[in-house]
Amino acid sequence: MTTPRVLIFSGYGLNCEEEAKIAFEESGAIADIVHLEDVIASSKMLKKYQIAVFPGGFSYGDDAGSGKAYGTRVSHHLKDELQEFLSRDTLMAGICNGFQIVTSASILPGALIANDSARFTCRWVDLEVVGESPWLNGIKTLSVPIGHGEGKYYDSEKALDLLESKGQVALKYVKGKMSSCFDLPANPNGALRDIAGITGYEGRVLGLMPHPERGSFFTQLPHWTYLREKYEREGKRVPKHAEGIQVFQNAVKYFT
Amino acid sequence: MAHRITVESVADRARAAHIREMLSERFPKARIREVSVTNAYTIDKTLSALDQKKVASALTNPVIERSSFVSVIAPKEFGMALEIGFLPGVTDNVGNTVRQMVEDAIGKKFKASEAVYSSVFIFLSGTVTEEEAKRMSLELHNPLIEEAKIIPAWAWKRGHVPLRVPKVTLTASSKADIVDLHVSDDELVRIGKEGILGSDGVRRGPLALSIPELVAIRAYFDSLGRNPTDVELEAIAQTWSEHCKHTIFNDPLDEISEGIYRRYIKGATERIRKAKGKKDFCVSVFKDNSGGIEFDEKYVVTHKMETHNSPSALDPYGGAMTGIVGVNRDTLGFGLGAKPIANLYGFCVGRPDEKRTLYRNKEKTAELLPPRRILEGVVRGINAGGNQSGIPTPLGFVYTDDSYRGKPLVFAGTVGLVPKKKGARPLYTKKAKAGDYIVMIGGRVGLDGIHGATFSSEDLKSGSPATAVQIGDPITQKRFSDALIREVRDAGLYNSITDNGAGGLSSSVGEMAEQSGGCVVDLAKVPLKYPGLSPWQIWISESQERMTLSVPKKSWKKMKALFDKHGVEATVIGEFTQSGSCVVTYGTKKVMDIGLEFLHDGRPKRQQESKEVEKIERAPVPAKDVQHMLPTLLASPNIGSYAFISRQYDHEVQGTSVTKPLQGPGGVNADAAVLKPVPDSNKAIVLSHGYAPSYSEHDAYAMAAASIDTAVRNAVASGASLSHLAILDNFCWSSSLDSKRLYQLRRAAEACYDTAVAYGTPYISGKDSMFNDFRGYDDKSNPIHISAMPTLLVSAIGVMKDVKKTVTMDVNHAGDVVYLLGDTEEEFGGSEYARLLGLHEAGDVPQVDLTENLKTYRALEKAVDARLVSAALGLSRGGLAVAAAKMCIAGGRGMSLSLPKKAPHVILYSESQGRILVTVPKAKAKKFEELTKGLARVKLGTVIEEKNLSLAVGDLSFSWSLSELSRAYTKPFKKFEV
Repeated sequence: MTTPRVLIFSGYGLNCEEEAKIAFEESGAIADIVHLEDVIASSKMLKKYQIAVFPGGFSYGDDAGSGKAYGTRVSHHLKDELQEFLSRDTLMAGICNGFQIVTSASILPGALIANDSARFTCRWVDLEVVGESPWLNGIKTLSVPIGHGEGKYYDSEKALDLLESKGQVALKYVKGKMSSCFDLPANPNGALRDIAGITGYEGRVLGLMPHPERGSFFTQLPHWTYLREKYEREGKRVPKHAEGIQVFQNAVKYFT
Repeated sequence: MAHRITVESVADRARAAHIREMLSERFPKARIREVSVTNAYTIDKTLSALDQKKVASALTNPVIERSSFVSVIAPKEFGMALEIGFLPGVTDNVGNTVRQMVEDAIGKKFKASEAVYSSVFIFLSGTVTEEEAKRMSLELHNPLIEEAKIIPAWAWKRGHVPLRVPKVTLTASSKADIVDLHVSDDELVRIGKEGILGSDGVRRGPLALSIPELVAIRAYFDSLGRNPTDVELEAIAQTWSEHCKHTIFNDPLDEISEGIYRRYIKGATERIRKAKGKKDFCVSVFKDNSGGIEFDEKYVVTHKMETHNSPSALDPYGGAMTGIVGVNRDTLGFGLGAKPIANLYGFCVGRPDEKRTLYRNKEKTAELLPPRRILEGVVRGINAGGNQSGIPTPLGFVYTDDSYRGKPLVFAGTVGLVPKKKGARPLYTKKAKAGDYIVMIGGRVGLDGIHGATFSSEDLKSGSPATAVQIGDPITQKRFSDALIREVRDAGLYNSITDNGAGGLSSSVGEMAEQSGGCVVDLAKVPLKYPGLSPWQIWISESQERMTLSVPKKSWKKMKALFDKHGVEATVIGEFTQSGSCVVTYGTKKVMDIGLEFLHDGRPKRQQESKEVEKIERAPVPAKDVQHMLPTLLASPNIGSYAFISRQYDHEVQGTSVTKPLQGPGGVNADAAVLKPVPDSNKAIVLSHGYAPSYSEHDAYAMAAASIDTAVRNAVASGASLSHLAILDNFCWSSSLDSKRLYQLRRAAEACYDTAVAYGTPYISGKDSMFNDFRGYDDKSNPIHISAMPTLLVSAIGVMKDVKKTVTMDVNHAGDVVYLLGDTEEEFGGSEYARLLGLHEAGDVPQVDLTENLKTYRALEKAVDARLVSAALGLSRGGLAVAAAKMCIAGGRGMSLSLPKKAPHVILYSESQGRILVTVPKAKAKKFEELTKGLARVKLGTVIEEKNLSLAVGDLSFSWSLSELSRAYTKPFKKFEV
């Protein structure tokens, strides 16, 4: 039994590190927010951690392409350290801008391009778990929010075939309770093959556009006041958590 | 030598498709077949072949892009090419990021004279003439900040596309000029209105100083035995500006010698705080960059609402963006630094479909942007500023009226959170100390925004300086925000901090010097974007993303290291003293030496006189189209959905969202938002707003009272408690030297006092913008003057004890009982109903019954606390029928109601204040009725599963399907969805 330690990258316009830390700590991990430059300056730092997370945000303002500038800096300065980190039995996640960063740094394949709407979109989506990953153990479907302007997963047809055949597609957008309730299209950005998240390194690295950390508590749900009324009338207790928290609980369970 | 790399996305067609759709819609006659886009980065630095390879590899994602250093990547076939890039000196965020990527790729830093300039090539295929391309380019760029080059295919094919290097070259003198004030009154007027006459014979732009002010300045310098320098005069103009000193609110008005701010706004707060005694929750009011109230025993929550009207009129995108990132700094600059946790917005613009062409000059060369462009631009500006900063935007509004056609009102607000203490040191107060370094952090100084403060104190007319336009750089700000809030603040490395906003360094250093008792600054130490600025320009420039800190000498080294790590430039530019003077040098040469007392308190007061606006007899508003009026009202841009804005503003970031900007499955825009900012506390923050500008010309007192009442009502209906609710005032007036406008202002201020005192809601911060006028020309070169109607935005911020008691508007269970709280009178003056009938002057304006409303709100608060209320919505524009429709659309369920017997148009559409629609589960109805006994409370009917709203008034009955209502509700901004 070990309490895993989580390193959450920050700096240069990343901005979801605090809610990621909250979700991990709520799940029983110890999470540190560390500036990219501090990780670069201390080459041994990653050795102390079992989980590394590139959180969401707007690193370098998405200028010249989302995740590109941060991803380039990561691959220039931390290539060996990250390889060493991933050669151990560790977990890594790239959420939203973090997903864009890990694809830019070639840790995961493919790319994220502008939404079909050519506009930033903030809403809730429904996801189906289609691949295997320690992050997603026991989860079949998941409803959490997105908030991005460049979230359309893209790669060549051949590459996508390969990705699917290797079981690396982890999450797909589907019509579920949120998109039905709010009458929204299932796929929010035009992602090829409805891909919302993929994995690498035997499922240990998860990249996804949606934000499970913003859908981890009951009062974060878009219809929680309705659910509260319903539960109270049914004599049920109002829960504390929402579905997203499972992702973080899974990560902690992997080490305990 | 400069190099250009162009990058094309082979995968991403969305942006190009979006441009094609937009142009096809606006130029139906032109036949555009295809649009493609290529990004260009012109690197003004010599690169070896190997360097170029490294740069190309860094800038190109091979999965989706291809790039070339050799030629501009263009489609095989096209008719016209446009290249759009920034004018010299305009903030180029993309260029700056690419510079850092290039530095990283080649492992070499750029010299100060080297840079990267970004531009975009847009290729149009199909039949587009050069003239059409020119007009299209105006949809794609703003000539005040950008340049569009049009290159027909034949010219392109002939050869080389020249490199674009918009480098700033300035040759201004580094000396300060002496300004002789012993001149004729005519010349004094010109100095005040048009600015100091430069040695090049050109006036430098408005100082907005009056003759009595200039005479006082002359007398002061006479006493020193010399004339002022240009630096001194410019600095005084900034410090004394309406923008910074709020002269209209502070100078005597009629018999009110202390001014209306002290009597009515501050006066209300003082009285409320005294009455509250130990229950006073104000922590810091009026004295800091934001107002602060207690959140719980550990935290203070702050709020500040700003306007950025004049800049947004010229460049809506840059204006709104600098507005929001600017007010973020009012949060970072509260106490020793609060963390921004929510952004708010409000856009008052002309009607988006209005087609009039207006000009800033008689020659009709400077066209005013049409309302549609203004709205698109300001929406995009807050999008970029807020989303990139990682701050949620849970609440805002759009309001349209022809009177905003000349100058839009752009409100931008930020809520912050700061721990009360770090160790023993309070974080909500500050004081610069003599001997501390003056440190400037963040961006560099250029010509941006020169005369912003004095400019907003003047009307918008043809001489409005383009340098007043700025673009924000949210990522630079995010870097120092992270550095400040996460590390530097809690390490206790500085004694005071403030924002560099209006007036730039002259204001921020000048203000902090008051805390220590003096300062000495060397302008030669200030880092510049480009060389060649004059001392006065450096001192008053409003270049964005900068803050000023007061840093003990012993802390400087440690602070510098922290900022270096975050990639934030920090520079010592002087020292705080206790000399009693503000001394500025350029190198060793003294360019300013003014006593602080004169600088801050030397402005002669001006007696203002108001003149009563006579009340006129108002004709009643007739009943008309009662059935049809509901969908018509819902489709009004002042009532209908602006979901296209809510969905493109991130309201989930930080994970604190409790209620969404679009409530219920039907997604109806809310007038309040709830967030839970501290993970381990169940307390929540309620934010709301109220505004009723259409009541102003009827009765400014009623307008202000209704605005406050609405904000309070919206907050309470969401779960706020009156005992922990504060408000902010934001006055946007026009022609404020006019005695009738001053009368309206005085009446509004009186209402502010009466209403706030009655509800016990103190003001904690405020802002005013007093000259929202446009003086220009119509398409026949006739002079035209458009004044924004007097507008008061009231923002409320409250703390609720238990987040789980939050109430939203969506009706959620069939069978729930529907109640109306509050009385309905025939009050149509300035109502949306009357306005849609074209009856702008008819009807009696809604009056606020403070005693009755207070009882209602207190009872509602109790009912919410006892968890009796399943949904609630305050009634505002459009009255009862609109509120019922919104609750039904939001919840996807209907209502069957029988309304009190009154004239149908009155009970349905009158805008009487103080009313709330509430649904209560049947099992709790009895308890609710007991709680609201003795109040104006009517049981109207029930929530039904059928998707239908039916309202019976006596024998008459009106009915609408939800799909019809929903269609109408989502109509007004449909065109903006694209």
